[in-house]
Amino acid sequence: MEIKSPKLVIKDLQVRYNTKGQRTLALQDVNVSVKDGEFVSVVGPSGCGKSTLLKVVAGLLKPAAGVVTIDGRPIDGVPDQIGMVFQNDALLPWKTVFDNIRLPLEIKGISRAEQKREVERLIQMVGLKGFEHFYPKQLSGGMRKRVALARTFAYDPSIYLMDEPFGPLDAQTRVTIGEEFLRMWEQVGKSVLFITHDIEEAIALSDRVLVMSKRPGTIKAEFEVNLERPRPFYDIRFDPEFKQLQKRIWENMMDGN
Amino acid sequence: MSDSSRDMKGNRPSKAPDSAASVSLHDETENEGKADARERVSVWGGRIALGVVLFGLWELLSGRLFNQFWFSKPSLIIGRIVEMAKSGDLWYHVSITLQESVTGLVIGMVAGTLLGVLIAYSGRFERWIYPYIMAIYSLPRVSLAPLFIVWFGIGMTAKVIMVVAMVIFVAFYNAYEGIRNIDRDLLDMMRTYKAGRMHMLRWVVLPSITVWILTSLRLNIGMALIGSVIAELVGANRGLGYYITYSSGMLDTTGIFTGLVLIMIIAVAFEQIIIQFERRLLKYR
Repeated sequence: MEIKSPKLVIKDLQVRYNTKGQRTLALQDVNVSVKDGEFVSVVGPSGCGKSTLLKVVAGLLKPAAGVVTIDGRPIDGVPDQIGMVFQNDALLPWKTVFDNIRLPLEIKGISRAEQKREVERLIQMVGLKGFEHFYPKQLSGGMRKRVALARTFAYDPSIYLMDEPFGPLDAQTRVTIGEEFLRMWEQVGKSVLFITHDIEEAIALSDRVLVMSKRPGTIKAEFEVNLERPRPFYDIRFDPEFKQLQKRIWENMMDGN
Repeated sequence: MSDSSRDMKGNRPSKAPDSAASVSLHDETENEGKADARERVSVWGGRIALGVVLFGLWELLSGRLFNQFWFSKPSLIIGRIVEMAKSGDLWYHVSITLQESVTGLVIGMVAGTLLGVLIAYSGRFERWIYPYIMAIYSLPRVSLAPLFIVWFGIGMTAKVIMVVAMVIFVAFYNAYEGIRNIDRDLLDMMRTYKAGRMHMLRWVVLPSITVWILTSLRLNIGMALIGSVIAELVGANRGLGYYITYSSGMLDTTGIFTGLVLIMIIAVAFEQIIIQFERRLLKYR
């Protein structure tokens, strides 16, 4: 991997929650850096604050201490270039597939004709042709996920923040969507910060895998994934190097938890 | 549709479980359409049968099991309605009650909904005012009717205000709860796309609270009729409430029942209109 300038830097981050008079430390001393065009995954046990980390980067949550910078500029509020993919898709149930994907373009103030062209291109890309006028409720989980991905692609961010996006899908759909997403990402080549609890998924997608400890969450280990790209999302799992990496990450996660 | 589905399958031959599912989706919607029609027939059939039985029993037993003078019977009521329609009394009374309830309903719904939205977004002020709103809400508002008659006389104004008083709380409460129940993830999603106030309102807030507003509209039809009729009972010279008190003064039970039946018909008709609205606005569900 060639050396690129860091796109996203998280430095000495600390996050506290105040719930019912109780203060909980969610994240402590978190340091992460994502290079331009790099795919970084964060794995960890549930409740370790992985999603919290993403919310801070998205500007939805104010940290108690530490800084987050994108392209060297510290973030204040929601930054301009982030595209978030939520675990539950966050599709608007009262809008059709077409309108859901159109949303970021509409907010950007792009002309109707251009919106239409772009949305049609994206619908083709994620394989939803013929479903433009369906409502989210009429779609399967995998198809809803495609809509959510297409919407984020429409926004064309320079960093993708993905919060266990494939979590609620069944095993088979998960592999299909993961595979497709990997193909699409290889085309756009933007930075990704990907949260998951699935080690296999993390290795198959990423350039680097970070392991987060139990609450208060902190990054306790980092693994380079030196598997060649483009890689087959599913078959790569039978690669001996993959197996070895998976074992090391697994042991690290278990260790001390 | 089927072409594009085949398209999708063609793109990913072996492992595309969810696109396979989507192909069957089309067939399902068709079957559902037929099942829906059957369901509708059975529902309406049951409704009509139940109505025939109930009114039939009333008709048969009145004058046999119980005294017709106190309980009247459906044939007499229908006769009275026809008679009133001929003399013009029907429209004379119904129109004024309709006018009062619809005017009050519109004012109360708009004011209550706006109030609910404003208060839900008012931050600290919400906490200050909430107990007072609940205090007024717990007051039996029917007892305000005499006060309104004293203040505004026996004309239209008193009745409309009575209807507003009946309607505004449900509208307020639903709008308020609607705002508080907006899916936080959707708001977060909008924020990550840097949506402004207008986009938030049009794409998330209004569609979210539409369900709540329609519910309050439905509940408020009954409330509006109660409001206008109560006010008419207390003091009026026109309207269905007035017709009921007048008939009761004459010991004319058929007249009383006729008034009640007319109110019911109005309520059911209104409700059906709103169901049509709901179908259109909530078709995504």
